[in-house]
Amino acid sequence: MTALLRSRRTHGRAVFLLIGFVGLVVLPAVMSEFRLGLLAKYLCFAIVAVGIDLAWGYGGMLTLGQGLFFGLGGYAMGMFLKLQEAGPDGLPDFMSYNGLEKVPAFWQPFRHAWFALPAVLLIPMGVAAGLGALVFRQRIRGAYFAILTQALAAAFVILLIGQQGYTAGTNGLTNMKTMFGYDLNDPTNQRNVYLAVAVCLAIVYLVARQLVHSRYGRLLIAVRDGEDRVRFLGYNPTVVKVLAFTVSAGMAGLAGALFVPVVGIMSPAALGIVPSLELLIGVAVGGRATLVGAIGGTVLVNYAKTGLSEHFASGWLYFQGALFILVVAFAPKGLAGIRDVIRRRAPAPDMPMTIEPANVLEAVG
Amino acid sequence: MTTLLEVRDLEVVFDGFRAIDNLDLTVAEGEVRFLIGPNGAGKTTLIDVVTGLTSPAGGTVTFAGQSLLGLPEHKIVRLGVGRTFQTASVFEQLTVVENLDLAANFRQPLRALLRRRKGVSDAVDAALTTVGLVDQADRLAEVLSHGQKQWLEIGMLLVQDPHLLLLDEPVAGMSKEERTRTGELLHEIARTRTVVVVEHDMEFLRRFANCVTVMHEGSVLCEGTVAEVQADERVQEVYLGRSRDKRSTAEVG
Ligand SMILES: Nc1ncnc2c1ncn2[C@@H]1O[C@H](COP(=O)(O)OP(=O)(O)O)[C@@H](O)[C@H]1O
Ligand SMILES: [Mg+2]
Repeated sequence: MTALLRSRRTHGRAVFLLIGFVGLVVLPAVMSEFRLGLLAKYLCFAIVAVGIDLAWGYGGMLTLGQGLFFGLGGYAMGMFLKLQEAGPDGLPDFMSYNGLEKVPAFWQPFRHAWFALPAVLLIPMGVAAGLGALVFRQRIRGAYFAILTQALAAAFVILLIGQQGYTAGTNGLTNMKTMFGYDLNDPTNQRNVYLAVAVCLAIVYLVARQLVHSRYGRLLIAVRDGEDRVRFLGYNPTVVKVLAFTVSAGMAGLAGALFVPVVGIMSPAALGIVPSLELLIGVAVGGRATLVGAIGGTVLVNYAKTGLSEHFASGWLYFQGALFILVVAFAPKGLAGIRDVIRRRAPAPDMPMTIEPANVLEAVG
Repeated sequence: MTTLLEVRDLEVVFDGFRAIDNLDLTVAEGEVRFLIGPNGAGKTTLIDVVTGLTSPAGGTVTFAGQSLLGLPEHKIVRLGVGRTFQTASVFEQLTVVENLDLAANFRQPLRALLRRRKGVSDAVDAALTTVGLVDQADRLAEVLSHGQKQWLEIGMLLVQDPHLLLLDEPVAGMSKEERTRTGELLHEIARTRTVVVVEHDMEFLRRFANCVTVMHEGSVLCEGTVAEVQADERVQEVYLGRSRDKRSTAEVG
């Protein structure tokens, strides 16, 4: 058994290194600038998906509002870039259009990299921790939790659109051309941004993997399958859930921040109910509670989306709806589930299914 | 004998229905107490109150001198009160060892839980042997038989080493052999702990019970040895008046 585990682990490590090599060396060399940019965008979504998988796949928290955390991270990064471009005395472009005369106080700290970069993680995580503590302690879960998170994402979008002078409204933060003085339109720099995204995804994957395989990961599954039972083991499920939800929010925030240099825009259109749902679909398609499934599913769904909408403009929405229904109805475990079914076809090692009473007494002595 | 669990004047009301009505119960340290009574007598509800799942409308519940009322479930567990459920509830998507390991580590801080499990701890190993699940250690709990799940649940209690165990119908739905096996397990557990067992299987009772409390319609009807309880007229009325098939078991012995 341990030998089998060890060989599986070495095997897993080899696959990880191979994918890393392809992702970091081969793809940037062979893909066009445009295609690489698309892939970078999908990998950002995949980072969110890993977080959703932690919260939903492993923890049973159906979070329909990851757009909120994605947006918090994205806007933190966007504000930093806008202020960098405006310079120490300048005003970001949209503020002058909106008649502001100076940079608002809550923007000021985002001038500094030492504040803005950690904020990309810490603001979404802080919001999630506070929200989680409140909501999970009240034992709000299931559909109520799902609707609550969705409503929050929607409210966030409304807030962004309403406060045009401070947030650039519907247009969002645009025209971000440089980062730390580097031109973001330069192909080499774009490739470096892609590499940064890919490395972040790898780190996020490893963090999630460690969490999932630790005792905490087992506990998270236990909370998903029997929250009330977990209490009678002496654990407080609220703490368990808050941690997973907070980590998932941090991942969404990081992804949002990376999204900004990849795409050059951060706007409410990327954050509302529909984008939040789209983030979830990849996880459902790839397979809940498998990290690789969440990443693969997300990349796949996004390629399908781009491919389909290049050919039929509005076809994607219908396809997406149908896909979601199909997965929920016929493959609740997603692609990973289908893989498991195929694997299980192989003859299983011969093991006694039930234990004879005689054996029991013998074992007890 | 020192008192470990003391329930006084307990009242539990569900939407105007008195599930528990003025109930008193005292369990001494080291005792094995059987709790019987017809369906709906309030046995499960009593366990629910002691373990923090249900809050009573009135009365007191004291464990080792400390009031349990108002404490959240996990804190009561941490004080040393463990329970099982009428329908075996183990984590089906975890293996047998993982179930036991989670139970064994409940006093660890969250930080320590972030590490992977390395091998099987001695306590978990001992519990595996005690409940006879050594051969199923690495299998998912979902493939266990009903009886094995009950044993796993008892094993999860054992590794937590509670002072007081509350077992809700641990042999319901078990085969004859499984019942015998569970009885032996109970004996073993009870050597060093205080146990309250809800069970109305008469044969099981005769073999393993010393002191029995009979509940009826939310209060205690009588208390005594198996023989005393069986001889009690009110108990016969409660059981015999309700179902004929209980008569045969109640009359024998
Ligand atoms: N959550 C609840 N809501 C309403 N009634 C309940 C609830 N739980 C138990 N009851 C009622 O309380 C009475 C006692 O139930 P219970 O404690 O489960 O009995 P026992 O375990 O002795 O069979 C029953 O009449 C049952 O219907
Ligand atoms: Mg009951």
